[in-house]
Amino acid sequence: MLRIECPCCGLRDHDEFRYGGDASVTRPAHHDPDPEAWYRYVYIRTNQAGLHREFWQHVTGCRQWLVVERDTRNHAIASVSLARKLSARKSPARKSPA
Amino acid sequence: MSRYSAFSIFRNALSGQKNWQRAWRAAEPKPSYDVIVIGGGGHGLATAFYLAENHGIRNVAVLEKAYIGGGNVGRNTTVIRSNYLLDGNTQFYEFAMKLWEGMSRALNFNVMFSQRGQLVTAHSADQLDGFSHRANIMRLNGIDADILDRDEVRRLVPYLDFSDTARFPIHGAIFQGRAGTARHDAVAWGYARAADGHGVDIIQNCEVTGFLRDGDGIVGVETTKGRIGAAKVGLAVAGHTSVLGAKAGLELPIESHVLQAFVTEPLKPLVDQVVAYGADHFYVSQSDKGGLVFGGNLDGYNSYAQRGNLGVVREVAEAAIALMPCISRVRLLRHWGGVMDMTPDASPVICPTPIEGLYLNGGWCYGGFKATPASGWCFAHTIATGKPHPLIAAYGLERFRTGHTLDEAGAGPSAWLQ
Repeated sequence: MLRIECPCCGLRDHDEFRYGGDASVTRPAHHDPDPEAWYRYVYIRTNQAGLHREFWQHVTGCRQWLVVERDTRNHAIASVSLARKLSARKSPARKSPA
Repeated sequence: MSRYSAFSIFRNALSGQKNWQRAWRAAEPKPSYDVIVIGGGGHGLATAFYLAENHGIRNVAVLEKAYIGGGNVGRNTTVIRSNYLLDGNTQFYEFAMKLWEGMSRALNFNVMFSQRGQLVTAHSADQLDGFSHRANIMRLNGIDADILDRDEVRRLVPYLDFSDTARFPIHGAIFQGRAGTARHDAVAWGYARAADGHGVDIIQNCEVTGFLRDGDGIVGVETTKGRIGAAKVGLAVAGHTSVLGAKAGLELPIESHVLQAFVTEPLKPLVDQVVAYGADHFYVSQSDKGGLVFGGNLDGYNSYAQRGNLGVVREVAEAAIALMPCISRVRLLRHWGGVMDMTPDASPVICPTPIEGLYLNGGWCYGGFKATPASGWCFAHTIATGKPHPLIAAYGLERFRTGHTLDEAGAGPSAWLQ
């Protein structure tokens, strides 16, 4: 059984969570006109046999989205973090509209 | 290869069953082959057989990293059907059904194909309308299909929940009488034996670790038994298509997920057909030993573990009891997991690749077993001629780029929802 250490709620059975897919995929910018970028975002996956970064949402708990690093060969979980903290760190500072 | 027959049983009985030939040779790799098929599952073995049988290409090796029948061909729930809706799928799976009907004879191996019929229950008037649409499409393609009303379903499978308290009352069902099951190990052994009879080398315990290249093209493979050259290489390693594909430089629209299957303790004959639950994902048949064989949803997150988790065991048990309350006290004997190549549209990828000399057969999602003979037939054609067989024209990789996906489940581009 997978057990995920939710940063808000503690160690919980994975039945409380909903899988949200590969977290290493980055969405193209909203107005990106390149169909290739969208094709890759929607369809292409590295599908790692090993450490996999993935989204889970704690649906029957705090409802936070998490990023979990899990080994797909044996389900060992290496790390759990809040998705919004990671995305805040990653995205560039917003410019105010001109 | 000596043929199996009533006479051979009699002859071998006289010598104490000690002189049976082995079903296939324990081959060691030659320096090179015309074609190497990676993956000794049903699809790989069928491909090798049809390369020899249909195209006369006999200098062929099948490389299997473990043993024949140890992967998905031995881990499925053996259901065979051709009740598909979409153009491209309908014709392909019906072609497979026709090959199943002649398979034991063609392979001289009893694969115990049993056309016991399959029905899928409908739980609303709308769902039954949808099934009628599907049945019409099937009939237009020359495939047998019947729509049953509630009373007809009740006469056929009286043990389902027809009570007033059923959470999802049964409105009717779609029935395909030619659907059924086959002994999955026998399919692997039968193809292995028949391919071996044509001179194909079946090499077990031989894992492919890399590809030999000449410029951009592929001219062979590196294995745990050394380097082997090949004019053409076919990849049929469902479950690990991404892993080997990445070694060859392919980027694929595939995720690997675990699907569990279950078998109960043996019961007296109860389930005469294959029964699928239209209100949830659950399907059941009864094996010749009496065990109920069933399955449900994927575990639903990327996994190469070949074993599942208990949450899905509970979900499947819940669906089983909602459909068939009479089995609530039956004990489960075993459950196991197979690794599925899940594509974002639930249809396979079987095509030449942009890499010279490399051909791809994978992405079978839940449904690889029923496709085995047609997959082998069409993949052999594709490898032999370099062009896709007309029946698999819709299964090319480019469909994701051009928007021509075959989303039979209608679940969108999330592989784990298919």
